[in-house]
Amino acid sequence: MAVIVRVPTPLRRITNGQGEVQVSASTIRDAIDKLEEQFPGFKERLIDEKGELRRFVNLYLNDEDIRFLKGLDTELKEGDVLSIVPAIAGGHR
Amino acid sequence: MFQFTEEQIKRYARHIILPEVGGKGQEKLLKSKVLVIGAGGLGSPSIYYLAAAGVGTIGIVDFDVVDFSNLQRQILHNTERVGIPKVESARMTVEKLNPDVKVITYNTMINKSNIMDVIKDYDVVLDGTDNFPTRFLINDACYFMGKPLVSAAMLRFEGQISVFDFRDKEHSPCYRCLFPEPPPPGLVPSCQEAGILGSIGGIMGCIQATEAIKLLLGIGEPLVGKLLVMDALSMDFRKVKLRKDPGCPLCGNNPTIRELVEYEQVCDVHF
Repeated sequence: MAVIVRVPTPLRRITNGQGEVQVSASTIRDAIDKLEEQFPGFKERLIDEKGELRRFVNLYLNDEDIRFLKGLDTELKEGDVLSIVPAIAGGHR
Repeated sequence: MFQFTEEQIKRYARHIILPEVGGKGQEKLLKSKVLVIGAGGLGSPSIYYLAAAGVGTIGIVDFDVVDFSNLQRQILHNTERVGIPKVESARMTVEKLNPDVKVITYNTMINKSNIMDVIKDYDVVLDGTDNFPTRFLINDACYFMGKPLVSAAMLRFEGQISVFDFRDKEHSPCYRCLFPEPPPPGLVPSCQEAGILGSIGGIMGCIQATEAIKLLLGIGEPLVGKLLVMDALSMDFRKVKLRKDPGCPLCGNNPTIRELVEYEQVCDVHF
């Protein structure tokens, strides 16, 4: 299934500056593995040593938080948009 | 009926003519109290618009002084004010704009021991701070005190904003439902080194002021249970669902956080 992955600016140095990348994958975990092949270093930004999504990064499949779906095992359908939203804090200084 | 002066009728005419605001709404704003934590990139535009809107009392918390590096985005301040406390600079700007507004300044770092006392008298709290420990502290304190919180953050060309309406704790998610705890040091850029396009603060700060005014007036649908994510490079605005997490350590079914906790400040960029 071809899906679009939206990449936040802090991760774009890994995706050669691209804010949107396409990947063909059956699940979210599979999509991340495929993106790792294309962009080495991508996976470790999102996934911890136990294979779980890092707690300060959220993934949204379309507009739903994947924690409320089947997590990384959520299946993808053609045309889905996967958004990566990391915690950011900047505001004042 | 509230007695507007002639000057006030002129000043707020474009509000009063809106059916959603009207004279009653304007009166509500003049009687409202909003606390803005951080008088910087987000606080500048939000304070400016809240003051222009005639929010009667604006509390401003900041421990910093105005620096040249702030002026690229922090529009409450100016070149002549470099070196003076941000809260004082903010007060001067607000007073020049609108004499109806009472400004209360807190030239201090917000922390576990002062936050409850500072927020207790306000109707709405705006978070425009630049670090995770303070964001978690503000979230937790607003939760315990039942205060609605408009929380925005920005970095580089991106912004995020959500409203946590703790007047309805049963239903509103909180910042910890989004991110349960601060990221470990070194994994997320959280401070000044990461860079920020100045006008991003304008966009996000204005959305914060708008959400605060909506909450005060009780109009529209505030960003409760939604996270608005903005990417200025593609000028893409996306709303995603922010659900209340039953496992949330603060507002979930079995909370482990029952009092304020303070995390260590970290400042690093590696994400």
